[in-house]
Amino acid sequence: MGRDRRFVRLRRRLTRFSIIAIGGFLCWYFLYVAMSAFAREFMDQRLIGNVNVGLVFGLLEFVATFLLAWGYAHYARAALDPLADRIRTEIDSAPDPRSRQR
Amino acid sequence: MTGRPLTFTLFALLVFITLGITIWASRTTRDAVDFYAGGRAFSGPQNGFALAGDYMSAASFLGIAGIISLSGYDGFLYSIGFMVAWIPTLLIVELMRNTGRFTMADVLAYRASRQPPVRTAAAISTVTVSVFYLLAQMVGAGALVSLLLGLKPGETFMGMSAKVVTIIVVGVLMICYVMFGGMKGTTWVQIIKAALLMFGTIVMTLLVLTHFGFNLSSMLGSAATASGKGSAFLEPGLKYGKDIAGDPGKTLINKLDFLSLALALVLGTAALPHIVTRFFTVPSGRAARTSVNWAIGLVGAFYLMTLALGFGATALVGRTAILAQDPSGNAAAPQLARALGEEVAGRIGGEIMLAFIASVAFATILAVVAGLVMASSTSLAHDYFGHVLMLGRPRESQEVGVARFAAFLIGSLAILLAVFAKNLNVAFLVALAFAMAASANLPAIVFSLFWPRFNGTGTVAGIYGGLVSSLVLVVFSPVVSGKVDPLTGQTLSLFPAGVDFHWFPLENPGLVSIPIGFLCAVAGTLLSREKADPDRFLALSVRSLTGGGAH
Repeated sequence: MGRDRRFVRLRRRLTRFSIIAIGGFLCWYFLYVAMSAFAREFMDQRLIGNVNVGLVFGLLEFVATFLLAWGYAHYARAALDPLADRIRTEIDSAPDPRSRQR
Repeated sequence: MTGRPLTFTLFALLVFITLGITIWASRTTRDAVDFYAGGRAFSGPQNGFALAGDYMSAASFLGIAGIISLSGYDGFLYSIGFMVAWIPTLLIVELMRNTGRFTMADVLAYRASRQPPVRTAAAISTVTVSVFYLLAQMVGAGALVSLLLGLKPGETFMGMSAKVVTIIVVGVLMICYVMFGGMKGTTWVQIIKAALLMFGTIVMTLLVLTHFGFNLSSMLGSAATASGKGSAFLEPGLKYGKDIAGDPGKTLINKLDFLSLALALVLGTAALPHIVTRFFTVPSGRAARTSVNWAIGLVGAFYLMTLALGFGATALVGRTAILAQDPSGNAAAPQLARALGEEVAGRIGGEIMLAFIASVAFATILAVVAGLVMASSTSLAHDYFGHVLMLGRPRESQEVGVARFAAFLIGSLAILLAVFAKNLNVAFLVALAFAMAASANLPAIVFSLFWPRFNGTGTVAGIYGGLVSSLVLVVFSPVVSGKVDPLTGQTLSLFPAGVDFHWFPLENPGLVSIPIGFLCAVAGTLLSREKADPDRFLALSVRSLTGGGAH
């Protein structure tokens, strides 16, 4: 089953999504952390009243987290789950001793 | 004073309800799946609440509100690390749920040709991380509950100080939850706590925002004025990565230290044992994914609201009053609750709000310590006893018995250690637990799931390498010795002033120890003679991605 064409496609999709998501997300977070440590004049600029760039940047980290969580759930439902379900049904109906161990 | 009896009553009610749940859970716990994983019967949303309840400790609730109230923006900066850490967790939760049965070691041992060394390493790492975290929570609980009940440092009870009594009561309760209630009892305690915490935080946030007419800018402005630090209070740099005028070297070290903390927070969460054991309490990988999505919603909403709690406390309670109650700011949230209650319904309102928020904090402490004991006793019984001592052939009824005994043992050890350490500054242990999890557990988890060449030697090398390096670096860091308050000359380290054997400049080891953990895992794999097993890796891939053959 591990060399099955559909499984290879499933794994490629998940790997590609995970690498892009985690890479982009960690860059976004560490950009924020690094700016807070090294680019304070930029972060201190006021935007509206007492709200400054740093606060908005921080709030955008929350937005990014929520969006990515939603995006992953959406992508998994659309592109991963149907494929995984088909493969899983096959495994569970035609037991292959190796992939069913423990 | 009406407040204290009311607080006592609410505390007692909470203990009564949670013990009732424990008794119910113990009657319905029959086999290992019930005890370790609550029968895998929790739904995604339920487990999401439990994950949030397991994760948001008193250090989050009282601690972050306190840091914001005293250091402003930097408290917010700190809270974001705890929040974003759930994205790495989300990406691996389903794979881990499909692969393992009850513990992280189930995932790591899947591909190893010899299981016992891997199981032993994973159990040691799990217990170390959990006990350190537990110690921080218990010592914190001693101080917090005394504070919440308004007990003075000198007050004694049966010859013991208030702190010691609190540590023992909290410890005995957590042992009861885990020994008798198992995962089922622990999970419900955490669900209730999360619901209470969210409710309490929402009420306080709404009251704060109403006070400022839902104008964020005016809330920030009042807080900045009341803090006495002006606009610097709303900008980064009061606590983390401080600029030291005229000392660029020290400034750089401060900033690297902050990066190191951020790294440990974001990478540690997915590898914390008490979070990982929660992955296995749901029926499927998909339910596990749902539960992490719920946790992200709850944790995110909570940390957003701590902004209102922290800045609200500075504006409405005032810096001097917060510092007078507790120098680390832990009392800021309860003090704010009282101020808000007084605004709405006078003195009685203040007392009621204070008592309510104090019992939310108490529930928070109980739920987190129970989760930690649950995770370490599960690992000791299932990984060490079941797979190392009994070579994977124990009767499951035996394993559950051992797990109950392990809960008693670890709980008692934690009580003892916490009583000894009750006056030490152990707040650094929380960050250390995250750093250890990220250095020791994360490399092994990631490589097990994704690297075809990875093997058992690499797993063992990665776990010990990461664990030992983070511990050694902390022992020789300023948190253990050599950090002195420049104004008062008093020690800020674990050891008294005058003792100084530190050579590692950072307080957070993650920046160095996480790469060491990954390097050790790679080196162990490549240097060992153990052959990679491509078929076994394919079997793991199929199972982790599709859930075929999962428990």
